Amino acid sequence: MRDAYIFDAIRSPRGKGRADGSLHEVTPVKLSADMLNAIQDRNGLEGYAVEDVIWGNATQVKEQGGCLARTAVLASNLDQKIPGLSINRFCASGMEAVNLAANQIRGGAGDGYIAGGVECMSRVPMGSDGAAIAVDPSVAMATYFVPQGISADIIATEFGISRDDADAFAVESQKRAATAWEEKRFDNAIVSINDQNDLPILDHDEYMRPKTDMQALGALKPAFKDQGEVMPGFDKVALMKYPHLEKVNHIHHAGNSSGIVDGAAAVLIGSKEFGEANGLRPRARIKATAKIGTDPTIMLTGPVPVTEKILADSGMSISDIDLFEVNEAFSSVVLRFMQAFDVDHAKLNVNGGAIAMGHPLGASGAIIIGTLLDEMERQDKELGLATLCVASGMGAATILERV
Amino acid sequence: MADFSYALHDDGVAVITWDVPGKSMNVLTEDAFALVEGFLDDALADEKVKGIVITSGKDSFAGGMDLNVLANIKNRRGADPAPALFDFIMNGHRILRKIERAGMDPKTNKGGKPIACAIPGLCAGIGTEIALACHRRFMSDNPKGKIGLPEILVGLFPGAGGTTRYSRMVGAMAAAPVLLEGKMLEPAKAKSAQLVDEVVAADELLARAKEWVLSAGDSDIVKPWDAKGWKMPGGAPYHPQGFMTFVGASAMINGKTQGVYPAAKALLSSIYEGSMVPFDTALRIEARYFTQILMDPTSSAMIRSLFQNKEALEKGANRPEVSDQSVSKIGVLGAGMMGGGIAYVAANAGIDVVLIDQTREAAERGKAYSEKVLDKGIKRRKVTEETKIEVLERINATTDLSELRGCDLIVEAVFEDPIVKAEMTQKVEAVIGGDCIFATNTSTLPITELAKASVRPDQFIGIHFFSPVDKMLLVEVIKGEKTGDRAVAKALDFVRQIRKTPIVVNDARFFYANRCIIPYINEGIRMVGEGVEPALIENAARLLGFPVGPLQLVDETSIDLGVKIAKATKAALGDAYPDEAVDDVLFWMAEQGRLGRKSAAGFYTYDDSGKRTGLWDGLVQKFSTSADQSDLTTVQQRLMMAQVLEAIRAHEEGVLTDIREGDVGAILGWGFAPWSGGPFSWVDKIGAAKAVEICEGLEGLGRRFEVPKSLREMADKGGSYYSNSNRNAAAA
Repeated sequence: MRDAYIFDAIRSPRGKGRADGSLHEVTPVKLSADMLNAIQDRNGLEGYAVEDVIWGNATQVKEQGGCLARTAVLASNLDQKIPGLSINRFCASGMEAVNLAANQIRGGAGDGYIAGGVECMSRVPMGSDGAAIAVDPSVAMATYFVPQGISADIIATEFGISRDDADAFAVESQKRAATAWEEKRFDNAIVSINDQNDLPILDHDEYMRPKTDMQALGALKPAFKDQGEVMPGFDKVALMKYPHLEKVNHIHHAGNSSGIVDGAAAVLIGSKEFGEANGLRPRARIKATAKIGTDPTIMLTGPVPVTEKILADSGMSISDIDLFEVNEAFSSVVLRFMQAFDVDHAKLNVNGGAIAMGHPLGASGAIIIGTLLDEMERQDKELGLATLCVASGMGAATILERV
Repeated sequence: MADFSYALHDDGVAVITWDVPGKSMNVLTEDAFALVEGFLDDALADEKVKGIVITSGKDSFAGGMDLNVLANIKNRRGADPAPALFDFIMNGHRILRKIERAGMDPKTNKGGKPIACAIPGLCAGIGTEIALACHRRFMSDNPKGKIGLPEILVGLFPGAGGTTRYSRMVGAMAAAPVLLEGKMLEPAKAKSAQLVDEVVAADELLARAKEWVLSAGDSDIVKPWDAKGWKMPGGAPYHPQGFMTFVGASAMINGKTQGVYPAAKALLSSIYEGSMVPFDTALRIEARYFTQILMDPTSSAMIRSLFQNKEALEKGANRPEVSDQSVSKIGVLGAGMMGGGIAYVAANAGIDVVLIDQTREAAERGKAYSEKVLDKGIKRRKVTEETKIEVLERINATTDLSELRGCDLIVEAVFEDPIVKAEMTQKVEAVIGGDCIFATNTSTLPITELAKASVRPDQFIGIHFFSPVDKMLLVEVIKGEKTGDRAVAKALDFVRQIRKTPIVVNDARFFYANRCIIPYINEGIRMVGEGVEPALIENAARLLGFPVGPLQLVDETSIDLGVKIAKATKAALGDAYPDEAVDDVLFWMAEQGRLGRKSAAGFYTYDDSGKRTGLWDGLVQKFSTSADQSDLTTVQQRLMMAQVLEAIRAHEEGVLTDIREGDVGAILGWGFAPWSGGPFSWVDKIGAAKAVEICEGLEGLGRRFEVPKSLREMADKGGSYYSNSNRNAAAA
């Protein structure tokens, strides 16, 4: 089997996912096309240079619908012979795009791929594509559906994670992200978004609140308490699935959960031959990929079993991994990961994460792969693991090895 | 005489009148449905007919579907009744759809004949569904009139288009009280809920309906879903507004029903799936789900216990052949919580009451309880000031035993002390007439023993009320060794007068209900002592469909009462006493002064206002929860079997002589998982062999889980309780 390598990894700055966010005026097509053009330009690709563009997006309706991947290719400077595949594994869509591309290459189906994803949450709101698992009683009731915020709070309750733990983690994420920006650690990855006149629209992550402290977070009300305890009462459903719990401890709020933002990311992946043909030096080998299904009610515990699986599949142990990126969907998700594997926070999310900078659903998986790789190079480390929790009870992971 | 009659009036209105001969209430049969269709066809074809009014010849419209109809269809087809049930339901849809479309052109929606429904009073189930198919509904302002779709309460849901029509009329959210809670609405409320269009004076009902029929035009009779551009009110599931409604509805129903009531799920699925397709397709979806629910043993069991057998017991299924024993004057001894409650229910049923206590104040306090309940009723507009005065006037609160003269029933509700009770019996018997029946409301003392104080033990009986008396629906009638038939008949006639449901049991420790519920509480407490997480115990009970977990229950009934019962039981059983492990926890709780709700501290903690705030964390500290936790299934099996085996033993020992009483009594008496139909129905549902297997899995925990002989025999023979008893009549 051939190896698959990462040659480049880029991302857009993340704009606030609201009407007053800087990227609100930018369409998902343009944001995607900008990423594709940047990959083409930075790597000197010409013509029919890659087999396909695999593009993650978690809300494939309206302007993100109709196979956005293909639309983005046609809107970009890529050759029209390059087709385009839109995929959806919710929050891991961007990672799954990378993993799928890598495994296509390993299996011999093409030499080069662009993989990544986009999510314009300010324009196509989360959940606006509907979801039978939440709405159709025949599945919602059978699977004990609760929204993600409740799931994150179940994790906190089940694994003894307190509000203070979660808030402290969030403060640290903000601090680390601020330091990373100050020290220009994202410089290689960031592709600024400009308009058609090349006038700047956004060149930095605008969601961050570097001055956040425990006191400020302490003032925030738990975001999911009402829907859990009062209307419509999701906690009762949660306790049906977790009957040894007396109640759900609601610890999450906007400050210790991931931010709603607009953003995109892309990764150039290819075989050794692809690099040689295009005169590119591989930065890392995609050593292993994995995905898994978990209990849909607690929903967001996927990073733990998927990490166990990817390590077992590749004959490794947790101690082999030098650096981790665990998507900060909610504080409890990452704290549970650290608790389960006894991972030192110093090795994990070194440059902050989605709590500070935001979580553009379809892009985040590709973003954290790029962030992990940049940090592995900065610290000169060998092995890194990126993982995300995924809606409806799934998890995804990728292990990178520097070459 | 047929169930429906047809008359064409001079004004050109055809009146179809529903009046089932020989019944006080209309119920729909298969043949009658065909008759209605025939009349409908005639009226639609007859050029002289300008419009139609469907009404009733009684002061009510209809009680619903004859549940035996469904049972018969099921039985006719034997092993595979689903196709016949589905066809039957679809045929109903076709007929009601014929009413709704009324002969109009399918494309232009023109040329149909207006059809109104004139509802003189109570209207439920299929009656309401027929009405909903009509173009306009008129209801009489009859104060006793109520309209609704209560199917959910017996484990069904409205399956003759009621679910689809009503949810499309008002939206999924607004339909919930009627469809999901089965609320019956009085005329004014029914109008605001759109179940009826106009509330009119009773004597104008037919005239107003005819007036409308004669004036209605083409556009007045087209249902919104048959017109162009129809949208689901409140939003379809994938409309932003509807999205939240449907996401919330699944969660609410799941939480509320704890997943044990399939009808609620099927109802919601019918609304959800139906709202995204054309109306006729939605009816077909509703029919598929309704068939599924009719095929589900849960609905059969619920209908059997909560409808058919409950009614049979109320009508005196086990009443001895004795002349009418209705009570006209009752003496209630002891004006405490129970006595006060008994006085209220009796007075409220029109019976004169003499309420006796040792002091005037105590007697008056007992009477004040009635006043409190009646005032609450006035606040809720269920009771009028006149009624309150009438009811209170019937209660004579006094200390004077001689006032008891002329009573035909005495209910003694004094302290649970055999000596006190014996004294009272003798004193009172000295005053009352020789015909008077003497009943004791003991919950723990054997009737046969108490009867020894009586000079007329054949007229001595136990009538065990549950607390609070005005709310609890069950009354346990206990026969002592010498209790005669007239005493039993008296007790049953009294229970019927106060509109409660009786069961008749023989005399044994704790009779039936308490005998079963004590092991349930004890099993919960025992598990606390073993280190099972208290939350798991409570949630496991709720997931079985028990309204209250065992620990909450003992907090409500008080822990010192539990201690008292345990000590008495231990004294009676000696070395055979099996519950030392329970007492280790219970007695320790009592020593801590944690006596339950009344001391604002028990297995739960309470805030200053007496609101339960959570399980007491001292439990986990004292009985350190073991790392090796019992799984949910084991906890549930223990809680379930603790009760079920006790019910089986009560039956085996002849305390319980009729399994129907065992099932109905369990549900009404202590809230035993209503979805199951009761402990015996539950065994039938899982099968005796499976029940034996569960017991064998638990036998290591103690003799209390030993397989009763009768259960093992049933498992070996492959029988079931209801097939053995031939009391399976009309399981729908």
